[in-house]
Amino acid sequence: MSEAQAQLPPFQAFLEQHRGPVLGFLRAMVGPDDADDCFQETFLAALRAYPSADGRNLRAWVMTIARNKAIDHARARARRATPVADPPDRPVSDSYDGLGGGEVWARAAELANGQRAALALRFAADLPYRDIGATLGTSEAAARRRVHDGLEALREHLATTSKEDQ
Amino acid sequence: MNASTSTDALERQLREGVRGGDDPATAIAALANRAAADGLLDVAYATVDTPVGSVLAATTRRGLVRVAYPRESMDEVLTELAREVSPRVLESPSELDPVRRELEEYFEQRRREFDLAIDWRLSQGFRRRALESLTGIPYGGTITYKELAGRAGSPRAHRAAGSACGSNPIPIVVPCHRVVRVGGELGGYGGGPEVKEFLLELEGAIRKE
Repeated sequence: MSEAQAQLPPFQAFLEQHRGPVLGFLRAMVGPDDADDCFQETFLAALRAYPSADGRNLRAWVMTIARNKAIDHARARARRATPVADPPDRPVSDSYDGLGGGEVWARAAELANGQRAALALRFAADLPYRDIGATLGTSEAAARRRVHDGLEALREHLATTSKEDQ
Repeated sequence: MNASTSTDALERQLREGVRGGDDPATAIAALANRAAADGLLDVAYATVDTPVGSVLAATTRRGLVRVAYPRESMDEVLTELAREVSPRVLESPSELDPVRRELEEYFEQRRREFDLAIDWRLSQGFRRRALESLTGIPYGGTITYKELAGRAGSPRAHRAAGSACGSNPIPIVVPCHRVVRVGGELGGYGGGPEVKEFLLELEGAIRKE
């Protein structure tokens, strides 16, 4: 038995410790309607791989699985999607200050995937930068930059689209 | 509005955007069922309410592996199972239905023998032989530690027999409460002496004073 295996907590304790951040992350990444399905897929995959998990950073480990499930989900949705003649109207508002948080996340869908994931890990899963870096496979400093750049990009994107709407 | 305020407002909206909504309790319950169907539920556990307190019971695919009284810490018991059996330990009341049903029947005096497969893997050597021979003591009967040692093949090992009973990972179902001292004193019990007395009274082995 390796050291990593020896340190693993019972899966139920692992699930209870990480269920909140994982659900928050998935709501931000795939929306509230599909988050529960992705949540179940994430923890089923985690249970399957659990005996060989790296016990030193289980939070980054489960978030990596969740991120892969979110990516799988987005690909499956893209395959199912059929082109529409008229794209649905964006909600009209003076500024994004008036948008609900869920809508802000929907708009974040248009960011580069790495930026959106960084924002979701920071603000939806409430992870420290060290774990965001570990999840995204970058350094802590790079994770910090990516969250900052993602926020700027989202702010500009929201400002532009709200002007277009007027 | 300046840029920094907007960014703060945006951060707040991002944080609040994923709050609320339903707890994924349904998804978690479904998870245990899918885990069982996929052969991933190495240790399933649940708590069972009994007259002697809320008892934790755990099963593997081989059978009942652990029963723990409330005086044991649930966290420690689950950590021990994760270490000794598998870290795939998941709460699953439905997997424990047969155990719960038989325990209820036992405490209602409608069952004298348990009809449950046992997973003996937490006990080895003499301890295991001693515990396995406990299943031959009938409901309502008692034997002494010395007799138990004899049944396990080492007649002089009555102290070791006592310590095997003390280490019994599956009390109630593996009836270490039916082992008493020479002369009729009840002796120690993992769940507490009052629980041992309760079980022996329930079975009619001793009379209430």
